[in-house]
Amino acid sequence: MTAHTKGSGLKWVGRAIRRLEDPALLTGHGRFTADLPAAHWVRFVRSPVAAGRLRRIAKPDGAFVVTAADLAGVKPILPMLHKFDYRPVAQPVLADGVVRFVGEPVAAVVASSAAAAEDIADQVELSIDATAPVVDARDALSPGAPQIHAEALGNVILEGKVKTAGFDVAWSAAHKHVRVELRSHRQNATPMEARAAHAAYDVATGRVTLTCTTQMPHLMRTAIADVLGMPESDLRVIAPDVGGGFGQKMSLCAEYVVVVWLSRELKSSVAWTEDRRENLIASFHARDQYITLEGAFDKNVKLLALKTDIISNVGAYSCFPTTSGVEPLMAMAEMPGPYDVQQYQCRARGVLTNTCTMAAYRGVSRPIITLALERLMDKAGAAFGIDPVDVRRRNLIDKFPYTSAMGLVFDEASYQQTLEMAVKAVDLPAFRARQKEVRQQGRHLGIGFATFSERTGYGSPAFAARGMEITPGWETVILTVDPSGFVEARVGSSPHGQGLRTTLAQIIADEIGVPPERIRIVHGDTDRTPYGWGTFASRSLVISGGATLIAAQKVRAKLIKIASHLLEAAPHDIVLEDGAAKVAGTDRSVPIAALAREAYTQTHRFNGEIEPGLTETGTYDPPGTFSNACHVAMVEVDIKTGKVAIEKYVVAEDAGRIINPMIADGQVHGGIAQGIGNALLEEIVYDESGGVLTANLADYMPPTAREIPPIELHHMETPSTQSVTKAKGLGEGGTIGAPAAVINAINDALSTFGVEINEMPATPQRIRAALRARGSAA
Amino acid sequence: MSEKTNITLTINGSDHAIAVEPRRTLADAIREDCGQSGTHIGCEHGICGACTVIVDGAPVRSCLMFAVQANGKRIRTVEGLANGDTLHPMQQAFMDHHGLQCGFCTPGFLMLAVGVLEREPDISDDDLLDVLSSNLCRCTGYQNIIKAVRAAAKEMRGK
Repeated sequence: MTAHTKGSGLKWVGRAIRRLEDPALLTGHGRFTADLPAAHWVRFVRSPVAAGRLRRIAKPDGAFVVTAADLAGVKPILPMLHKFDYRPVAQPVLADGVVRFVGEPVAAVVASSAAAAEDIADQVELSIDATAPVVDARDALSPGAPQIHAEALGNVILEGKVKTAGFDVAWSAAHKHVRVELRSHRQNATPMEARAAHAAYDVATGRVTLTCTTQMPHLMRTAIADVLGMPESDLRVIAPDVGGGFGQKMSLCAEYVVVVWLSRELKSSVAWTEDRRENLIASFHARDQYITLEGAFDKNVKLLALKTDIISNVGAYSCFPTTSGVEPLMAMAEMPGPYDVQQYQCRARGVLTNTCTMAAYRGVSRPIITLALERLMDKAGAAFGIDPVDVRRRNLIDKFPYTSAMGLVFDEASYQQTLEMAVKAVDLPAFRARQKEVRQQGRHLGIGFATFSERTGYGSPAFAARGMEITPGWETVILTVDPSGFVEARVGSSPHGQGLRTTLAQIIADEIGVPPERIRIVHGDTDRTPYGWGTFASRSLVISGGATLIAAQKVRAKLIKIASHLLEAAPHDIVLEDGAAKVAGTDRSVPIAALAREAYTQTHRFNGEIEPGLTETGTYDPPGTFSNACHVAMVEVDIKTGKVAIEKYVVAEDAGRIINPMIADGQVHGGIAQGIGNALLEEIVYDESGGVLTANLADYMPPTAREIPPIELHHMETPSTQSVTKAKGLGEGGTIGAPAAVINAINDALSTFGVEINEMPATPQRIRAALRARGSAA
Repeated sequence: MSEKTNITLTINGSDHAIAVEPRRTLADAIREDCGQSGTHIGCEHGICGACTVIVDGAPVRSCLMFAVQANGKRIRTVEGLANGDTLHPMQQAFMDHHGLQCGFCTPGFLMLAVGVLEREPDISDDDLLDVLSSNLCRCTGYQNIIKAVRAAAKEMRGK
């Protein structure tokens, strides 16, 4: 682990210190939303049909049941985008006259316990005149398809189009065109803790404290206050320990609005805990796309132009704050990936259907576009008769900064180097020999590569480019050394498993010479922390970490000023380490706790030259930086059953300066496990009537320990010039690379049968169907 | 809804005299009637294992057992693993090997692993992998959980 700190001059950054989060979580003292007691419990009555007119809601006698009719003055959720021909569609927090997907909340039942509320909910009768639903995005685009919202004619909620000036010339100059038709099925992020909310009303002040499982407490506060028309200051939002999010918990859910409304109505505490079925059918979905991707290559297999059509099924409503644009627009902006191609044509559409609303899920579109692009690289290799690794070598960008066809600026990275590192690690020639040998015994091995970029830590300009009404980006950190010398950093980010309390403490420790165990990171409470956007998009370590460093540098400067005063030494002779300010080269020192005490209680000594107190603020809004990696999967496909076993998984990755290698590796491992689940197992299946066939964890299958192979990690560190800590984000990379590596490996294993799998997940059924269709191994 | 039954749950050595409906799950009783919220509920249909506790020496999914069935039995939960401020070897190993991220599934994994290793201290690596694949974790990718459990197994065998 010392390799990480070598040469950095840092003592804490780069070390695999144990997490400060762990002791509470390991002893059962974590605090999750559902742990709170409440006077009232809510159960939502949800639509059993995918489309229809809501005629009547019959409530059992004496039951407390709230419907849209009771919510006068509550505004609908109305996400907004000012570009890409976006059609705003409104979502009432409880269905109002129309239902648009199975699972849409129609009524809220309130009772003294969750079980009692569930019993009553079973007795609420909904009369709905069902109408014909449309579930598939291509069907929704066809003429005469049912209209999900009158505001979005033809069910297109947004459309992005781009074509570079030299596209046609490059396209027609190509030696060969290679095409991939890709289908990515619908998936659910499936955090182990489903959604939960608890709202407590304070009679004395009229304030409500909403404790909920969310990735962005500050924005939840803004959004809920808007929808309810209440002063934002009357609402406090707490994100306590949050049991995973992966994007699913960064959108506003209607249910949380209802819970806050009820607590104000009842002037009491009200709680809702989602069950797993609700989470699977009615929280947020992702990844439901059709992608056509074509590449124009010259005779040296150099990519000249890329053409793509993206159809993203966005479900019944638009998600707040990112809107339905989150998937199609991300796909459009980043489809060219890490490859040097200046001519690009893209059409990306978001299409409404009678399905659960789409929102962000780890990687957002990039697992899918990386799969499409990496299939294209492999297919180009086959078309030209060269090794697919060579296709990548000839096309990966290697001059920085590189400006993409979409105007994204790629900072220094190591695309070529990580590819070579991975190729070396897997010993490709040896694998090919073994592959050939075991094929004689009827065993089918395959190897798959994925090289990709992961855009991380981007601030407000990147979000502004999407035309978002709500433009996230920056983060603020307020750092205080209290009069006892204990350090507290209050951060707007809202980590939920990423170990940010530890990594931010490491950054502070190096700057001000106080060990991490004397530093507390406070997050997830709008009363205690400055406004911030939360934790998503591989951003918190870069942006909140950057703001932390900026604040810590200011505190450091002030500590040195005070020490210089006390020790009567020049500021540049003072070093802060081991909890003390020392005069370099002498034995003179003063504890930082004593400096802190001075800063509050002896300010008269500073002759007005030093401001009282020891609190500094840092705000950071960076342009964004690109991590990169090469993933390699080696698989065996059982052609009789279609089962895929991953033998070995190798990663060479580069996320700039690593703050804590243990935590960084953990993020990569976890991301890959989700990517493998996405690639092989996970699928939300709708029937034609819009019913969900995968409403439990036996049917919707996140991977278990059996499916995830040991992962061999190789590292490079290209310090980012676009991030003050030199760190790049890496939370999503594992999930971005794994589907492409695994599915390319499956295709390699099946290459002798002449079948192709361009579908995610590549389930045994799909593999068998492809083999049967070719008359192979039937 | 229906009449309540008086039962006593013995959790980590302490008796909790409670009255529950027959349909009350052990998970709900532990959390709500006995106030021990360290046991988490992830799916309520026996797949994820977040609610795993040890009942009379065996790991059990507490969402699939009724509280009345646990009447008079010895129940151990995550709150009872550490010895004062000293973490159980399994807890320490999870910390040392980064076997947790969000921590929601962690109590279930700890109780599953401790329960199995107390019964079968010499369980093979492969059988252990089967055991661990009975619970779901969405954050870690499992490799560090496997490492942690193997390290703790060694420690628990006193090697």
